[in-house]
Amino acid sequence: MTTDVIDDQSEHDSHDGEHHDHKMTGIKRWLYTTNHKDIGSMYLWFSFIMFLTGGAMALVIRAELFQPGLQIIEPDFFNQMTTVHGLIMVFGAIMPAFTGLANWMLPMMVGAPDMALPRLNNWSFWILPFAFAILLSSFFMESGAPNFGWTFYAPLSTTYSNGSTAFFVFAVHIMGISSIMGAINIVVTIMNMRAPGMTYMKMPLFVWTFFITAYLLIAVMPVLAGTVTMVLTDTYFGTSFFDAAGGGDPVMFQHIFWFFGHPEVYIMILPAFGIVSTTIPAFSRKPLFGYSSMVYATASIAFLSFIVWAHHMFTTGMPLFGELFFMYCTMLIAVPTGVKVFNWAATMWRGSISFETPMLFSIAFVILFTIGGFSGLMLAMTPADFQYHDTYFVVAHFHYVLVTGALFSIFAGAYYWLPKWTGYMYNDTLSKWHFWCSLISVNLLFFPMHFLGLAGMPRRIPDYALQFADFNKWVSIGGFAFGISQLIFLVLVIKCIRGGEKAPMKPWDGAEGLEWTVPSPAPYHTFTTPPKID
Amino acid sequence: MTTKEYESYYVPAQSKWPIVGAIALFLIAVGAANYVANLNNPENAGGGWVLLAGIALIIYMMFGWFNNVITESMSGKYSPQMDNSFRQGMSWFIFSEVMFFAAFFGALLYARTFSVPWLDGAGNNAATAIILWPEFTATWPLIKTPDGTETTAMGWYGLPLINTILLLTSSITAHFAHVSLEQNKRGLLKFWLGLTVVLGVVFLFCQGLEYAHGYADEMKLYLDSGIYGNTFYLLTGFHGMHVTLGTIMLLVMLIRVFKGHFTPKNHFAFQAASWYWHFVDVVWVILFVFVYII
Repeated sequence: MTTDVIDDQSEHDSHDGEHHDHKMTGIKRWLYTTNHKDIGSMYLWFSFIMFLTGGAMALVIRAELFQPGLQIIEPDFFNQMTTVHGLIMVFGAIMPAFTGLANWMLPMMVGAPDMALPRLNNWSFWILPFAFAILLSSFFMESGAPNFGWTFYAPLSTTYSNGSTAFFVFAVHIMGISSIMGAINIVVTIMNMRAPGMTYMKMPLFVWTFFITAYLLIAVMPVLAGTVTMVLTDTYFGTSFFDAAGGGDPVMFQHIFWFFGHPEVYIMILPAFGIVSTTIPAFSRKPLFGYSSMVYATASIAFLSFIVWAHHMFTTGMPLFGELFFMYCTMLIAVPTGVKVFNWAATMWRGSISFETPMLFSIAFVILFTIGGFSGLMLAMTPADFQYHDTYFVVAHFHYVLVTGALFSIFAGAYYWLPKWTGYMYNDTLSKWHFWCSLISVNLLFFPMHFLGLAGMPRRIPDYALQFADFNKWVSIGGFAFGISQLIFLVLVIKCIRGGEKAPMKPWDGAEGLEWTVPSPAPYHTFTTPPKID
Repeated sequence: MTTKEYESYYVPAQSKWPIVGAIALFLIAVGAANYVANLNNPENAGGGWVLLAGIALIIYMMFGWFNNVITESMSGKYSPQMDNSFRQGMSWFIFSEVMFFAAFFGALLYARTFSVPWLDGAGNNAATAIILWPEFTATWPLIKTPDGTETTAMGWYGLPLINTILLLTSSITAHFAHVSLEQNKRGLLKFWLGLTVVLGVVFLFCQGLEYAHGYADEMKLYLDSGIYGNTFYLLTGFHGMHVTLGTIMLLVMLIRVFKGHFTPKNHFAFQAASWYWHFVDVVWVILFVFVYII
């Protein structure tokens, strides 16, 4: 794998004592690496470990909710489970998985030798495990872990919080630093490292979506840092940002938090758009329909994401003008999103479609994400939202978007590029099992939640009224089935790394892009001399 | 951009500094969290020492990391494209800093425009005012909070005005230093850059004086004096921390200038420090208007 070391690197190393000609071996390779492929792999593994951790917490929640009444855990621990499950899945699973994909693929897709700032790249990754170590360590503290929901609404996170809030705050700070540094690297790589001839409108859509996502990250992660800082000072230093007695306002917390939070949800879905915009053309054997409209739609969604935040707060008693403004802006998002969904459909239309596993996940993505989008549209209607707010309908909505949306796209991407990463084809039978088990169980898991919510079951409670019992039983069964299905993926990936059928340079005959012009597995260094793009 | 520049893009070999920095950040976070969580029982607070260890380690990391970068740069490994990467990286970093301040300015404007008037019954909140704190009157600066904490407002003349002049002047001197560097007038460069550092230090000193006034018994303007004190101290405090960082950056640049670093064409680090300095200056101007004057 080290055949392709940069030519002038050995010459540098000879007069720089701590550098070596080739990559180091053992743990030092991973601790000291500046290689985008190593760092990408670490991000992906980290995210998968976090996914299983957060998933285990979800199963604790579902076990408790299998029957009405309190059986297994205390309500306070239930709250800790919902809180840390959310934080881990958002900041530990979905976001690092996308950053991992970006690290692996972006330099290859734009024909660059590496990310623009390789050492910073390593730093962005390695601070993440520490951040989650801090967050998870709070389970072992006297006070227990944070229990105020991943949205940490004041005053739950200030006046009424337990003793671990400071640890939560500083853990989030580190996660934010990691995201900002990672995003800066992505932006600079795309702006500065494209191969000659690759103009902006010739970039793969995957690159475009990460480009726009990185801007969102740079813009809103610092606002999250500001929010947690105010929570910290309110909790420990007697300020009253979120306390009316001192002239502040708990609702102000929600405004500042959701100014971060809403772009954040697009941070978790725009890269997904980029992935399926790569896989669907490949397996339809047609170019992406409406490339430029996809670019403009992505940019429009990103712009709109900054002016819709208060649709999370319709029931807080905002002035009427605010309710209307945020309702209409939110509905406007359906337009560019619709452009995307129709473009994917049009790409498949009369294509020569084959149903390899990446394509299966992509098609499932389009359909199930659209369900999540439609339930979002329902939630966007202010009068209707008064009924849906804080019910299981909301839980169903965002899990459709984030699990069958973001996560399914990550699976699609992983299957699509696994041959390029490992040099071997994955086990097709196992992958089909993984897909069908996931697809069936995830719908059993989340679809009934719509009905639960419409019938009035509130979210974030460990106990519920008897009439919700049947649906909850099935939801829990779906939850455990979905959790177990993911172990198939773990086995499949390990098998694929260890061996299997040799992957050709381009295993998918319809695939486009520079990453398929290098051997499988991709050499340790690629494009040390940039390719020429026509 | 020509192909040649692409070919010479420098991908550094393995480096230990990022993992050192990650451990340092970990120590800082754990130490700070432990320290803050135990403010009320100081005998329990070993966190302060962990925090200091983390800060020491991150300073060590900066020395090592920047030393690597400077050595690489001086030995001509960096292409113009690399320089561009650094420049863009720094610009987006500064943009992220802008958004950090935006959160606190947002809190300030929200409090002034919405939450304080609403507590006095503005909009459709008449009942709020009657039920919660009927005697409360909305003013800005909020010198008497709903729960009765009283404080005094910091005027804009005097120290804040002097500080504004100091910082604006320092932005100009920083620019002169940059021009001198580009014209290769090293003497003038040293003078203007040195003057900028001095102005930064004097600014910080005045800021300290101002805080001392605020915390004195005549003013009783504390961090926990309601939303006015909160926004005042957090905005000026975070700004002050950034000025401190900027001054250290400029000081390092001054030392490097004396060591003979930088050429009229190649001086990214200097440029970055100077951008950063202009950024803290702009933040101050906004801060002066919204925190002190209006």
